[in-house]
Amino acid sequence: MDRVEILKTYKIYIGGAFPRTESGRHYTPLNSKGDPLGNLCLSSRKDVRNAVVAARKAFGSWSERSAFNRGQIIYRIAEMLEGRKEQFISELQKQGSSKAEAEKEVILAIDRIVYYAGWCDKYNQVLSAVNPVSSAHFNFSTYESMGVIGVLAPQATSLIGLVSLLIPAICSGNTAVLIASEKLPLCAITFAEVLNSSDVPGGVVNILTGTLDELAPGLAAHMDVNAFISEPLGSMEIGIAQAAVDNLKRKFSYEADWSSEKSQGLYYISDCLELKTTWHPIENIGGSTSSY
Amino acid sequence: MAKKKPGKEGVNWDYSPSLESTSHITILPKYELFINNEWVKPSSKKYFKTTNPANEDVLSEIAWANDYDVDLAVKAARNAYNDVWSKTTPKERSKYIYRIARLMQEHARELSVIETLDAGKPIRESRDIDVPLACNHFFYYAGWADKLEYAFPNQPMEALGVAGQIIPWNFPLLMAAWKIAPALAAGNCVVLKPAETTSLTALKLAEIIKASGLPPGVVNIITGHGDTGAAIVNHPDINKIAFTGSTNVGKIIQRAIAGTGKKATLELGGKSANIIFDDAPIDQAVEGIVNGIFFNQGHVCCAGSRLFVQENIAELVIRKLKHRMDSLYLGNPLDKNTDIGAINSKEQLETIEKYIKIGISEGAEIYQSTCELPGKGYFCRPTIFTNVAQSSRISQEEIFGPVLSIQTFRTVDEVIQKANNSPYGLAAGVWTDKGSRIFNLTSKLRAGVIWANTYNKFDPTSPFGGYKESGFGREGGLHGLGAYLKMKL
Repeated sequence: MDRVEILKTYKIYIGGAFPRTESGRHYTPLNSKGDPLGNLCLSSRKDVRNAVVAARKAFGSWSERSAFNRGQIIYRIAEMLEGRKEQFISELQKQGSSKAEAEKEVILAIDRIVYYAGWCDKYNQVLSAVNPVSSAHFNFSTYESMGVIGVLAPQATSLIGLVSLLIPAICSGNTAVLIASEKLPLCAITFAEVLNSSDVPGGVVNILTGTLDELAPGLAAHMDVNAFISEPLGSMEIGIAQAAVDNLKRKFSYEADWSSEKSQGLYYISDCLELKTTWHPIENIGGSTSSY
Repeated sequence: MAKKKPGKEGVNWDYSPSLESTSHITILPKYELFINNEWVKPSSKKYFKTTNPANEDVLSEIAWANDYDVDLAVKAARNAYNDVWSKTTPKERSKYIYRIARLMQEHARELSVIETLDAGKPIRESRDIDVPLACNHFFYYAGWADKLEYAFPNQPMEALGVAGQIIPWNFPLLMAAWKIAPALAAGNCVVLKPAETTSLTALKLAEIIKASGLPPGVVNIITGHGDTGAAIVNHPDINKIAFTGSTNVGKIIQRAIAGTGKKATLELGGKSANIIFDDAPIDQAVEGIVNGIFFNQGHVCCAGSRLFVQENIAELVIRKLKHRMDSLYLGNPLDKNTDIGAINSKEQLETIEKYIKIGISEGAEIYQSTCELPGKGYFCRPTIFTNVAQSSRISQEEIFGPVLSIQTFRTVDEVIQKANNSPYGLAAGVWTDKGSRIFNLTSKLRAGVIWANTYNKFDPTSPFGGYKESGFGREGGLHGLGAYLKMKL
């Protein structure tokens, strides 16, 4: 007799834990052949708010970690993903990818995470400036993490899209609330398990599944979310952009082929940063100069 | 100059008035719109008066642009962009901007006097701060025009096209420079609208731009009220909106351009914290408090309008602050002795007076300078409130006038929390002799500009702009260029 397979229960990820949606609802996305992918949490606006609270709580200590330490942790995500490659490949196949496509997507995701791990302790050196002001002041501008970032995972991919938007947002010390691809949500939740075992502190990334229509406007309007990043949203674009106005959320839409090697870079990180300029007087007494 | 009462000793220490001459300036009785390097009558046929807020005299009549005029200006900018400016080499672009900078320097005195007449700010400030900084801004960005590829590593980019720029009345010429100089350096054409109470120096700048030989249509300066600004924001052929002003209007703009693909930089309001620790050099800190809140009559988006004093020195600091306030000269802005000039407009004076009443009714303790007010014009005494609650409206809302709310604190953690407890995040000041504490605070204060042991310093090379609801994007410095470039990533 064949063994009865243990099916996975896909839950959401908030504050480092895997609760079910508070609404108790589920939905069953189908793959292109019409097979059910599983029963996914149909998260509610209340789940969005809970996730934002968790993300805000995690922001202080995550943003104050050393850049080196964040780099180590992001690299650890890649290590964990590498170890669970087969699981992601089979999930991608279940969601409609061919074996070759699935392998390519997972490998690119791992490499992209390593790429951003390396940026953690470098972007500020590349982007900062000492500004030669005319008065007797030392003046410099450096980037700081922005806060809580709302991330709408690209819809057409299950893994590489979310990695491409999420990792540059968090590698600089931001925390995130991510809404998974509505029709291809499986890898998002399995990726949460990877994060959970990678020393990424609970609350740094929070992942919800459900419908875009229900979740995206609430996340875009939330007064404690600092930025909202996504693909271009088509007919939803204006509504989402207007929802983001009340706390002057920074909003970025990226049009890119996420499966391209080129769809990564420094500016995905810097968009979700704030530039801070600091002035301090230079004591200038007496007439001595630095000439030898 | 309003005379001060003799001091307790019975000796009158007043300076003799030292008025800047207005003889060498030209203000036309009427100004038209500056489109395509020509002076164009507004199709609205309407004009509005601009007055000197220090004596309520009418200075000139200014054209009021309507939708049609805005469209004309945008078309001029678009044609100039397509036919001329986008084909001008960066090197030549650079030289045009240098020319504007030099011509502005040559007109510095005229620009300062007109700025003081039209805006009410003390001549010392327009002469020593506004106008030189405005010139220097053009100088700084002129040199960037042919070096853009060094600004953002590995980033292919191009100009945006036509930028619509709307500026406020607190630093009229300086804000025009902040907007126009980087836009031109990055290769854009512009349509700029000055604030309705302070159009004159922007129109003088238009004369300078015409004299510089800049190709027609590259810079268009159109005047008017809020409806003119709205027509710019909503014009479909504008690629970028740059706005400096209130957070409320900033949100209206962001809502209006949602989903249009227009890029925006918003430099909005603030309620910036100025924090004094007990080891700070007290006399310097008191000067910093005065400079933070009374500079330009407090019409400064980054004004240090929330003072946090460590509890054990609060009494001393407040006593010295009151003493210093009593020695500030309030009066004719053209007098070189004047520290505090006129409030920019009657409307703004009413807003400030409303907030002073709110402060009193909320139970805060008020102290105002003892100076007399001139009989005419819009003036407001330097004002401080003590015993202010964190939840008080005068410590939460931007007043944009010479009104300071003072709170005390005991620990570093407490003051960080209080300072960050604001929807704004434009600037902050920290006064302490301890370097490690400065770096602790400057990295934890959520604001775009931090002044440590100084306040209200500006420079063309120094990026300026806020966190949170103080807006987004930066102006000034290398980073200010990014606001006017399309990054291809």
